[in-house]
Amino acid sequence: MADPLLQANRLFCERERRVLFSDLDLLLNAGEVLQIEGANGSGKTTLLRILIGLSDAYEGEVLWRGQCIKSRRAEYQMNMHYLGHAAGIKAALTAEENLRWYAALSGQKVGDRVWDVLASVGLRGYEDTPCYTLSAGQQRRVNLARLYMLPKKIWILDEPFTAIDKSGVAAIEKLMSVQAEQGGAVIVTTHQDLSSVTNVRKVMLG
Amino acid sequence: MWTWFHRLGSPRWFYEISGRWLPWLAVAATLLIVVGTTWALLFAPQDYQQGNSFRIIYIHVPAAFLAQSCYMIMAVAGAVGLIWKMKLADMAAKSCASIGASFTLLALITGAVWGKPTWGTWWVWDARLTSMLILFFLYLGVVALHSAITDRDQAAKASAVLALVGLVNIPIIKYSVEWWNTLHQPATFTVTEKPAMPAEMWVPLLIMVLGFYCFFAVALIMRTRFEILVREWRTRWVTELLNKQ
Amino acid sequence: MTQTISANPQPSLLALFRTVLSRDLVVAFRHPSDLVNPLIFFMIVVTLFPLAVSPEKQFLSQAAPGVLWVAALLATLLSLDMLFQSDFQDGTLEQLLLAPQPLYISILAKVCGHWLLSGLPLTLISPLLAFMLFLPAEALPALVVTLLLGTPVLSFIGAVGSALTVGLRKSGLLLSLLVLPLYIPVLIFSAGAVQAATIGLPIVGHLALLGAMLALALVLAPLAISAGLRISLGS
Repeated sequence: MADPLLQANRLFCERERRVLFSDLDLLLNAGEVLQIEGANGSGKTTLLRILIGLSDAYEGEVLWRGQCIKSRRAEYQMNMHYLGHAAGIKAALTAEENLRWYAALSGQKVGDRVWDVLASVGLRGYEDTPCYTLSAGQQRRVNLARLYMLPKKIWILDEPFTAIDKSGVAAIEKLMSVQAEQGGAVIVTTHQDLSSVTNVRKVMLG
Repeated sequence: MWTWFHRLGSPRWFYEISGRWLPWLAVAATLLIVVGTTWALLFAPQDYQQGNSFRIIYIHVPAAFLAQSCYMIMAVAGAVGLIWKMKLADMAAKSCASIGASFTLLALITGAVWGKPTWGTWWVWDARLTSMLILFFLYLGVVALHSAITDRDQAAKASAVLALVGLVNIPIIKYSVEWWNTLHQPATFTVTEKPAMPAEMWVPLLIMVLGFYCFFAVALIMRTRFEILVREWRTRWVTELLNKQ
Repeated sequence: MTQTISANPQPSLLALFRTVLSRDLVVAFRHPSDLVNPLIFFMIVVTLFPLAVSPEKQFLSQAAPGVLWVAALLATLLSLDMLFQSDFQDGTLEQLLLAPQPLYISILAKVCGHWLLSGLPLTLISPLLAFMLFLPAEALPALVVTLLLGTPVLSFIGAVGSALTVGLRKSGLLLSLLVLPLYIPVLIFSAGAVQAATIGLPIVGHLALLGAMLALALVLAPLAISAGLRISLGS
């Protein structure tokens, strides 16, 4: 079998003189959904920021297909979506402009597909309104639209269900299942049970 | 060579080895400064223009020297910490910032004291004094940034970057201030540039400079040792050490 | 659908530059107050000098180069806030860092955008204020040229400080503490050039030095800025 998509070996992280985790090993294969659980302050977000390569205040190693993410930064980032705590949306721009900015940043041309993508997150008719007029949930949906728009191998989602309504949650769960079935992989932090997603593995922090 | 380098990076090793150096350095610093001060104040001849007031250079010049080299040491230590993630270098850089700021302040104060009898005012916008003042501001910036960031490693890295940016800028600042000074203040009276300083005058100065460097090393080592204990308080060797005392 | 993309389909770096720059410009034009406030600040500071010291024509024309440059420097300093802070708050800054593109180019584009929104407008209204301070007409070209060469350097150096303090609470005052000492060489040579021009001296040397500083900033500052951003967002 090929190298796992993402692998973390013996991670150790300390914040403000408190050890968040030590000797943490993680393995993420294609087709898997990894749910990270833990109480508030147990270091879920910190762990995700280490896995995406944004934070390097840790000991241990993180490997993308068997190679250190630091030496493969561009390739890794090409194949990884990170949706963080903040909506990642510029309020002064419209939903469409926000998405086009993301597409351009990953160096891809999306053309008219932006419209379909916005429709699939339930934002048909909001393409041209500035995002500050949208509700918190709608802003998050704009951010989630990136998952539809730019297919990538690994998704790393930090509390993706915040401010999302019931039908939205179901849609995201569906999306995660599809991603796993098609050979991608997902790492997600959430307190909810991913009831409709198959092949979920749980990791408990703290 | 690399094993030596890595061993030097280990705080515990440094703590032990520096504990052995410290007394010798402290003795050297005291001796040099006592000898230098006595010589400078009692035996060195008077300056033919400035009389006895010139004697403050025996403090001013070493302080100014150190103020500048300390910034360099801080920036280099910061760079080592950034590149090789050596925690010891971070700690040394942090210690350098406050020590350097103190030496810069000392150089400014002694400069002002010297200025009073020489120029008739406490402060003159002389090129050296102005550069020294700006250097003081640079130090304060590093200290302020360090204390504003709560995360220790982040604080160390951020102030290392700032120190490096400052290091690139110092020559530019020095040059621009000198240029500005020649434009606005033709021919000020500077003593240290006088070529023929008799040996009875510069030998004690040299001793003082050496003494100041030793004193600086003592201060740096002591502060760094303190930092090590604060940061490594959880490790076994620190607990054992503290239990012994 | 989820193929691994191994070869980076590098759109040209120019396209990346344009994307980042145009987004910043669009955002700024939708909040015109961000754009105008530094200019108003510039004008108010300049107005304070005659009130505080003396409205006498001879004094003002002598002080004008220094006053104009100090005011421009402070206005640039205040505008640094818009460079990274709001991007940090809404989470787009971390996405910029995670983009599989050279950060150097994105940063260059952001700083360039900052200059277009702060340094350039300041340069454009400076003749008006120079006129109010009785700056001799022969020094006007020098003022405009030094502002054109000097304010980008201010944007670059300021961006370093801004990157190091982004995310800190109450970073405004700290930022000025870090950045102002580094602004001194630009101030000395620029104000010196304008001063020299008022008495008819050549200023080519000053301009060459300012140009050298700009070149140095262009090459080195983005490195320090990207290091600063990675540090600030890394915790």
